[in-house]
Amino acid sequence: MSDPREALASAKATADRLVKAKRFNACLTPVRELRKALVTQAQAAHPSGVLYGMPVAVKDNICTLEFTTTCGSKILEAYRSPYEATAVAKLKAAGALIAGKTNCDEFAMGSSTEHSAYGRTLHPFDKTRVPGGSSGGSAALVAAGAVPAALGSETGGSVRQPASLCGVVGIKPTYGRVSRWGLVAFGSSLDQIGVLGRSVHDAARVLSVISGRDPKDATCEDRDPLRLPNVPESLQGFVIGIPKEYFPADLDPAVRLFKELGAAVREVALPHTAYAVPTYYILAPAEASSNLARYDGARYGTRFDGSADVRALYRTTRGEGFGPEVRRRILLGTYVLSSGYYDAYYRKAQQMRALIAQDFRNAFDRGVDLLFTPTTPSPAFKAGEKLDDPVAMYLSDIFTVTANLAGLPAISIPIGRIKGLPIGGQFIGQAFLDDEMLEAAYALERVVPATEEA
Amino acid sequence: MAGSWETVIGLETHVQLRTVSKMFCGCSAAFGAPPNTNVCPVCLGLPGALPMANGLALQLAVRAALALGCTVHPRSVLARKHYFYPDLPKGYQISQFEQPLSTEGSLSYLSPDRGIATAAIQRLHVEEDAGKSLHDRFPRQTAIDLNRCGVPLIEIVTGPDFRSPQEARAYLLTLKQVLEYAGVSDCDMEKGSLRVDANVSVRRVGQPELGTKTEVKNINSFAYVEKALSVERDRQIALLEAGGKVEQQTLLYDSKTNAVRPQRAKEESHDYRYFPDPDLPPLVLPEEFIAEQQGLLPELPAKKRERFVEKYALSVTDAAVLTADRAVADYYEAVVHAGSGADAKAAANWVMTEVLADAKDHGDGLRVPAGALANLIGLVRGGTLSHQAAKRVFSEVADHGGEPRNVAEALGLIQVADAGVVTGWVSEVLSEHPTEVARYKSGETKLMPFFIGQVMKVSRGKADPKLAQRVLEEKLAA
Repeated sequence: MSDPREALASAKATADRLVKAKRFNACLTPVRELRKALVTQAQAAHPSGVLYGMPVAVKDNICTLEFTTTCGSKILEAYRSPYEATAVAKLKAAGALIAGKTNCDEFAMGSSTEHSAYGRTLHPFDKTRVPGGSSGGSAALVAAGAVPAALGSETGGSVRQPASLCGVVGIKPTYGRVSRWGLVAFGSSLDQIGVLGRSVHDAARVLSVISGRDPKDATCEDRDPLRLPNVPESLQGFVIGIPKEYFPADLDPAVRLFKELGAAVREVALPHTAYAVPTYYILAPAEASSNLARYDGARYGTRFDGSADVRALYRTTRGEGFGPEVRRRILLGTYVLSSGYYDAYYRKAQQMRALIAQDFRNAFDRGVDLLFTPTTPSPAFKAGEKLDDPVAMYLSDIFTVTANLAGLPAISIPIGRIKGLPIGGQFIGQAFLDDEMLEAAYALERVVPATEEA
Repeated sequence: MAGSWETVIGLETHVQLRTVSKMFCGCSAAFGAPPNTNVCPVCLGLPGALPMANGLALQLAVRAALALGCTVHPRSVLARKHYFYPDLPKGYQISQFEQPLSTEGSLSYLSPDRGIATAAIQRLHVEEDAGKSLHDRFPRQTAIDLNRCGVPLIEIVTGPDFRSPQEARAYLLTLKQVLEYAGVSDCDMEKGSLRVDANVSVRRVGQPELGTKTEVKNINSFAYVEKALSVERDRQIALLEAGGKVEQQTLLYDSKTNAVRPQRAKEESHDYRYFPDPDLPPLVLPEEFIAEQQGLLPELPAKKRERFVEKYALSVTDAAVLTADRAVADYYEAVVHAGSGADAKAAANWVMTEVLADAKDHGDGLRVPAGALANLIGLVRGGTLSHQAAKRVFSEVADHGGEPRNVAEALGLIQVADAGVVTGWVSEVLSEHPTEVARYKSGETKLMPFFIGQVMKVSRGKADPKLAQRVLEEKLAA
C-alpha cells in the first residue's frame, strides 16, 4: 500500500470492523473518536512507511497521544499521556494507524481480561468464555478480524496466553528487544511489549518495526531492529527440544509435523520448572508494589476523597482506585519486600530465577535450537470460572512464565482446536535469536491444520 | 555535669553534584527556576517513563569518592527506597543500598580539641533528590515544587567519629573544601546543595559501648551545625542525669527557637523496602574509567598545604590560609611563577592581605592579574616603589586595570633615588624639627624612623627610604 487513498480506505474499513467488534468489549476507545482518529492518522501517515495504512490496535497500558491510557484501571480513568511510547512512535513513523486502545486486565494483572475496570472482554467465538489475558482485548480484536495485528504486553504470558485461547499468533520478544519507554510498568524486569497477529508474518512485521535500540530505556539492548527472516522450506538442521516437564504427550501431533519438516526432536529437562509460578508470583508482585506506588491521587489520575489529610487521600485513592487483584498483588509484593521477609522471599526468588534461566542455557548448550511446549494447559475457560480462585488463575500461565523469567523470546501459534476452541503451541528461543524462532514458526504455521481438533 | 560525658556524633551529608541536568533525565538541575518548570515525564514519575543514568553525575560521584580515599566498586547497584510523600512522585527514591558505589574512605581534619583527627567515611553512594513541600506558601495547603526532584546527590556517611559539635563542624568545613576542590559540588548550604543529618549520642567517659542515638535533621547552615548538635547533646545529658532514657527517634532542629522537636510519627518511615531498581542495570565502572577520574582530580587541600610549606618555606598557618580556596592557591602560585618570579614569602603576604581583603570587599574574585601583582612585588623589591606606594598602585590596578609601573608613574609614585633631590627633602625635614635633631645628636638614635617617616611624608612617599636613611645619617653625624 502506498496510495493515500488506500490508507484512507483502510482507516474507514478498520473503523467499520471495529464497530462490528464492539460487542466483544475488546476496544476501549469510543467508536466515534476512533473513526475520527483513524482518518486523521491516515491523512498524516507517510506513504513510504513499511506499515503504511496498516491498522494496529494498542493495549491500553501503552502510552498514546491520540487516546487515553487507563491500564484498565479506575485510578487512571480519562488519563491522557503527554508523551507516547517508543513502540507507538515507531509504528506511526512506519505509517501504521493506531487503531484504538484495547481492553486488558487492570495494569496487566490477570489471565482473563476479567480484571478490567471497564468490563470483561468476550471471547470472539464463545461469549460465555474469556479471551485470556491480560492482553485479551488485543487478542480478541485480531481473532475477530478487526485488525491484522495489535500490540500487547507480557509480564508472565499476557500475549501468548490470550493468543493461544483466541487462535492467533502472539510473540513475546527477548527482554530488551523492544523499548519499554511508554509501557506502563508492572514488573519491570519481566515486562516486554509483544505483538498479536493473525499470522506469523503480520506479527513479525510489526515486531520488526517496534524493535531496536532506544536511548530512553536503559534495559533496551543496543541492537538494530529485528530483521525479518525468510520463510523456510523446511526445518532441516533444526533441533527442537521438548521439555518433559511441560506435558509433552499433548504435543504428539506437533512432533510428527516437526519430523515431517525435517527437524530433529529431542526430549530435554528443565528441572526447575515447578518453581516458576511461585517464583514469578513473588518477583512480579514485588516489582508491581513498587511500580504502582506512584498512583496516589496527588499529581494525576483519579483522586478519591478531597480530604486535607494526605494519608487519608492515599488510602482512599488507592483503596477505591485499584481493583481487588491489583490490591492483592500490591499486598503480596509489599510483604515480600518487607525487612525480615526480603531474604526469605525476594532474594530466594531471585536465586530461583537464575536457576530457571540456567536450565534453559543448559538445554541450548546441548545443541537444542528451540524448545516447543503447549502455550496453555487448556483452551479458553468460562468467564467467572477462576475469578474466585486466584491460584487457579495464576496457573494458567504455567507454561509461559518461564520465558519471562529467563528473558527469552517465545511465540505462540495456533496448533489446533479442542472441542472447537483454539489452542496454541509455543516455541521458546535463545536470547536475541528471535529471528531463528520466527523462522521455525513460519515453517510450522505453513503445515499446521489449525482448525482441526488437536 | 557535662564534663563526665562524652559526645558521639556521626554525620550523613547529602551533596548536590555539579551537573547541568538531573540524575535520570535531561531536565535542568539549576536552582531557583519558577516552581515545576524543570520537569518531564521521568522526574514527574508519569506512567511508563523510565530513568537513564547521567554519565557526568557518575563521573563526579566517583571523583568525590576518590577525593575521600574511598574504594570505588567496579559494580554497584541502584536501588529503590520506598516511602509515600507527595513530593516523591514515584513513591520511591532511586538510591543505593546493598552494593553502594564506594566504601571505606577517610577524611582528616583539624579538630579544635584533638589536633589532626580522622573521620572514617563508611560509604559514599549516588541517589536522586526528592521534590520540595512548601507548607507556608498557601494557608492550610501544601504546595509541591518538583524542580528539585531527580537532582543528583551523593550521600556521604561517616562513622560515629566526632566527639564534639565543634569537631563535626570542622569536619564539614573540610569536607566542603575537599569537594569544592574536586569540582564536584558548590556545597552551598543556603541553596540546599549540601545538607547534613547527624546521629548524636552521649555516654559516660570511659564507657565502651555507644549510648542510644537520635537523628537530628533540618540543619540548614554551617552556623547551625554546632548549635543544633550542642542543643541535642545537652538535652540528652540532662535527660540521663535526671534518670531518664534517650529514646531512639528523629528530631528536627528549629533554628528560630534553637531547639529540637520530634518529627511527627507520620513523617517517619519504618520500612523502605529497598530492592534493586529493575529499570537500571548495575553501574559497571571499568578500571580505566576509575583511573581516568583519579587523573582528573586536582591536588587536594591537605597535599597542597604540605607542598606549600615545603616548597615556598611558608608557615603551616600561612599555607592553610593560601590553600583554603583552590582559586586563591592557584593564584598564589601564578604570582610566584609569573615573569621573573616573585619572592614566595612576599607574594604570600600580598595575597593574604591585599588580595584577600580586596576579594572580600568586592566579591568579584581576584581582580589584579597574577602577573601584575608579581610585577608590583618586583617594583617594591627593586626599590622603585615604597610598600606604601605599592598598596596604592594595587588598588588602582584593581579598580581600573593597567600595568603597575605605568600606573605608578602616572600617579607619580616612582621612588626618587636621586641623592640631590633626597638631600633637599632631608634638609627640609631637619630644619623643621630642631628639637628632634638635638635629641638625636645627644644619643636618641631611636628617632631615625621618625625622620625617615617625615622624609617620606614630605616627598609624598616618593623618596627611596634606604637612600633617605643614608643621607639622614650623614647629615645628623655632621
